[in-house]
Amino acid sequence: MNRGMMIEFTLDTRTGVPPYLQLVQQVRRALRLDLLSEGDQLPTVKEVVARIAINPNTVLKAYRELEHDGLVAARPGVGTFVVKTLSDSTIAAHGPLRHELVRWLAKARRAGLDDESIEALFRDSFRASSAEGIA
Amino acid sequence: MTAVVATSGLGKRYGRNWALSDCTLEIPQGHVVGLVGPNGAGKSTLLNLAVGLLSPSAGEIEVLGGRPASDPQQLGRVGFVAQDTPTFAGLSVGDHLRLGAHLNPGWDAELAEGRIAQLGLALDHRAGKLSGGQRAQLVLTLAVAKRPELLILDEPVASLDPLARREFLQILMETVAEHGVSVVLSSHLVADIERVCDYLVVLVASRVQVAGTIDDLLSSHVRLIGARHDMGSMPSNQEVIEESHTDRQSTILIRTDGPILDPRWTVEQVSLEDVVLAYMGQQSGERSSRRQRLAIRR
Repeated sequence: MNRGMMIEFTLDTRTGVPPYLQLVQQVRRALRLDLLSEGDQLPTVKEVVARIAINPNTVLKAYRELEHDGLVAARPGVGTFVVKTLSDSTIAAHGPLRHELVRWLAKARRAGLDDESIEALFRDSFRASSAEGIA
Repeated sequence: MTAVVATSGLGKRYGRNWALSDCTLEIPQGHVVGLVGPNGAGKSTLLNLAVGLLSPSAGEIEVLGGRPASDPQQLGRVGFVAQDTPTFAGLSVGDHLRLGAHLNPGWDAELAEGRIAQLGLALDHRAGKLSGGQRAQLVLTLAVAKRPELLILDEPVASLDPLARREFLQILMETVAEHGVSVVLSSHLVADIERVCDYLVVLVASRVQVAGTIDDLLSSHVRLIGARHDMGSMPSNQEVIEESHTDRQSTILIRTDGPILDPRWTVEQVSLEDVVLAYMGQQSGERSSRRQRLAIRR
């Protein structure tokens, strides 16, 4: 165990997800799960690279992205600190959305779709809607 | 922006055989660059030319804006870890540090001794008795303690066990974070490259097949799967890197700068290994003939 460090990063090189994005997602997840809250310090770049042997620029890029999203702030010479948490705003929205999704899933099953078809349908629609967002 | 390594028409010949021929590339500063390619692509030859252990038979090479090993100052700017991390078997760890201090004007004794202590190596230990991992760490320490601007490593971790490999890369990355040194390393281990590098160069038969930051490479390549497709009808911003077809299905790996709008394709993200393999399988200038061969085989 590593005292002092709030979270520890991991890296999965078998997915197509770029390493910096994996770090961003791990911080966002920790914020959502309340593992990190305002004022907490993220591990320093040197700590991260010495621990999981990744490129320092990857860590910097991840932290810059989190800063751009207004979740963390860098204090030069000190470190990077959490300034906003994700848990409150999203949990409030979770309930109704989850409720709707459960109802939709029940409807899909009644329509005769099996798990695999539901997943394929979800993935397909998800991609179509994010592609619309880009275009 | 200066390139750390820039070559133009670079070649090295042994007798009648060219180990490297007509190689033109530019590696930007401030990156950890992974150099990959099949055996015999010319990776080691290129790296040995960059540190000045070999001299070119044709073309030009500049390293940090100067000619490799042209003077003591240039020698001090580049650190090198050769394949199989050679040491003097009869000399002790301490002897190696003293040798490094004598041979390098910019030697950082504090860094060297600190690193050796951190690794738990005894100064009176003979280098010939070290494990592979310890020897690699000793050679890395020597290369880093001369405080170079560019560190070149030729398959540094190839012969190490997974634990020693991870430890070596941890120290290497710590060095990059601390001293901001540029790194060029060759390796066959794509998973390692994806971890520690942020820039990739794929070299096949002396040619650069693809080069760029790893984030860009991952986001600009996708795999498309769908019903058998006529390749002549691909949009102009989609370059086909690798394709395979059955009577009914087409699976292609493309490079593109935009989203895939054609609903007939299922789009999959690719791993760095997929990208590397696709380019390594692509023989320059032989794409059309390869396609013909495939057609004949079917």
